[in-house]
Amino acid sequence: MDRGRFSSNSLGRRLLLQLLLVAAVLSALLYLAVRSVANQAAIAAHDNILGASATAIAEQLSASEGEVLIDIPYSAFSMLGAISEDRVFYRIDSDRTTITGYEDLPLPREVNARTAPQYYSSRFRDSDIRAVALERLITVDNLPVSVIIAVAQTRRGQDAITARVANTAAALGIGFFLVAGFMSWLATRSTVRPLHDVAGAIGRRGAHDLRDLKSPIPSELAPLVNSLNGFIARLRDALHRNETFMAEAAHHVRTPLATVRTQAEIALRQAETDESRKTLRSVIRAVDESSRSATQLLDHAMISYRSDQLARESFNYSELTADVIRGLIATAELKDLHIVSDIDTDLQYNGDKVLIECALHNMVDNAIKYSSDESRVDIRLNPVGGKIQFQVCDKGRGLGGSVQRDLTVRFKRGLNVSDVVGSGLGLTTVELVAQVHNGKFELVSRSGGGTCATLTL
Amino acid sequence: MRNFDSLIVWFISLLFISCFSSAFAFEKESEKIFRADNQREELRILSNTDLEYMEPIIKAFQQQNSSVSVLYTVASSRELYRAINNESADYDVVISSAMDLQMKLVNDGLAQQHDSDEVDKLPQWSRWGNSLFAFTQEPAVLLASRGGFGNLAMPQNRKELIELLRDNPEQFYGKVGTYDIRESGAGYLFATQDSRQSDAFWRLSEVIGSLSPRLYCCSSAMIKALRSGEILLAYNVVGSYASAVLDENEDGTIVSLTDYQIFMLRTALMPKTSRQPGLGGLFIDFLIDAGNRDLIDQQDGLPPINGDMFKKHQHYRPIALGPGLLVFLDKIKRKRFIEAWTEALLQP
Repeated sequence: MDRGRFSSNSLGRRLLLQLLLVAAVLSALLYLAVRSVANQAAIAAHDNILGASATAIAEQLSASEGEVLIDIPYSAFSMLGAISEDRVFYRIDSDRTTITGYEDLPLPREVNARTAPQYYSSRFRDSDIRAVALERLITVDNLPVSVIIAVAQTRRGQDAITARVANTAAALGIGFFLVAGFMSWLATRSTVRPLHDVAGAIGRRGAHDLRDLKSPIPSELAPLVNSLNGFIARLRDALHRNETFMAEAAHHVRTPLATVRTQAEIALRQAETDESRKTLRSVIRAVDESSRSATQLLDHAMISYRSDQLARESFNYSELTADVIRGLIATAELKDLHIVSDIDTDLQYNGDKVLIECALHNMVDNAIKYSSDESRVDIRLNPVGGKIQFQVCDKGRGLGGSVQRDLTVRFKRGLNVSDVVGSGLGLTTVELVAQVHNGKFELVSRSGGGTCATLTL
Repeated sequence: MRNFDSLIVWFISLLFISCFSSAFAFEKESEKIFRADNQREELRILSNTDLEYMEPIIKAFQQQNSSVSVLYTVASSRELYRAINNESADYDVVISSAMDLQMKLVNDGLAQQHDSDEVDKLPQWSRWGNSLFAFTQEPAVLLASRGGFGNLAMPQNRKELIELLRDNPEQFYGKVGTYDIRESGAGYLFATQDSRQSDAFWRLSEVIGSLSPRLYCCSSAMIKALRSGEILLAYNVVGSYASAVLDENEDGTIVSLTDYQIFMLRTALMPKTSRQPGLGGLFIDFLIDAGNRDLIDQQDGLPPINGDMFKKHQHYRPIALGPGLLVFLDKIKRKRFIEAWTEALLQP
């Protein structure tokens, strides 16, 4: 199942990958957006201070005795030092001639800064600079003189801010991706879970559980579960028909068999030759075998049917066991068997009484059937670790090398029992009863001959 | 043919310049080599700090770095600026008290970056970026001769000083000394920063100007003149020089004016032309190392960096390192300041 979840066709993986892709794209967009917004803000803030510096110089411009007077205020440069430790350059041109500052400081290609400061980026003395140009008209001797003030600063401080912002933005992007990734994973898991739930519900079922799936499911899964339920229903019907058919068949066979047996017994009593007596005995024996098979088939069909709908009730296990033994005591006496029972009194159990009775009957019957004459059968019923254990031990021929798994298959019998009447259905029935009660059925050879059958419920 | 002629002229002039370049070189005041016993490297320092103040530092540095010889050249702050700015003189460390000129060298990209643990530990106000490092803080003080004052009270602030000079012109005529800011970089720095602090500066300059003041190139000359009785008052003397020279019971005394007192930071930088930045960096780290501050204080008489002092005394004003210092170096600003100063100080 786990392999399926991550194979290339996994719905969950496809969903997760798509969600992660979306998260990655969003993270990248977030990173770029934060960076560009923050950088623009940083540039704008820096530009404003450059502009203020140039304006401070421009405010002090005046004219006197035929020349432009310039008096750079201390604050014009010290304010630039306040924002970052960047180098400061300036240049003041009057009538297209540099009158003070750095003559080679680049100006914008076209100075158009009469109304508003003109900001520009350039290179100066091997450094990137951000600069502002400001133009003022000063009247000297009744003639307007254009004065251009340029103030520039290297961009180390700004680069540092940019780098810091980039780091923050990257951390933000990665954080966003991780959170989104985790949430995608959770979302995928919860989306795919109903599928696993359905699969698990079917997987956990017993071999004979053919009920409809009734656990709550998301609407998208309803068609799948509906068709699955339809399929289960058809399967159930088919099985049911099958069992019913067998029960009918067994019933129909049993009645004429009884007639045949009675007639054969009468014929045996009246038989005169050993030859015919022998023939009739083998007829009776075959009829017995068939009749017993038919009975067990009926039992089995009954159990199969009941196991689908267990009729659980509380009953006295001890009494039930005693009843079963009492019912079979006559058969045992025929073989001069000594039945020793050790039954704890008043053990209560909650289960299908009919099924359990049938199982006990089969187990005791088996023990009697395979025991040697005049031997002893031990029957015990006692609680073991919260469960009740029913054990029948005989001194019979044992399992003869067969494995329990083989003996509990329908119509399969041990390799050493061809001389005893049997259908091969008895132990299968017990196994089935154990299964539907979540119990355990064990068949072990005893050392020194014989078999122990244990049913733990 | 004309091109060829001009090429020859160019060649000859080049030859001329290279042969006689020493004639144009900056003016050194003194030079001394501290030779190491097992010399492997030579650290070249250009400084405007008198040798006697730096000698203990250099010797202590050599104790830690026994294979380094030190060449110590003394020049005035303006000559020193010229040496680095115009002549790319070959030095590893440049030390100057003229903060504005040092700042200008850094701003014009003539200083190297220097990163080290010591630099990181330096408080922000005592460095500019990773290029300019302050290692002392020295006040500009008023020096007075106790004897010359007679029974006049010592002025406590500039207002009292102005009144004192105005009320006793005959006593102080020709007996007041100050920097000639046209020559001295430190003097120009003190005067310009003084002018930013208060209007009293210009009034004081007017009063001093009316007393036919004597102008000096440097603090040491002013201290000498005071001790010889040539002058009774010296305004804006580097306090650390004065306190190092003047004895407790001597006639000359340092007057700490309580309205404000400017502190100049002596700074060091590594010129871009230095060929041994590692060695220069080693010396700068030695200068700014907090562990060496006591050494600078006690052996040199130069007060080391101490930010607590400015928090304790409200009237102590350190000159901030930063591009603001460039303003008074603007040629128009400088011309106008010197004009105004000359007008005030040199009255006919």
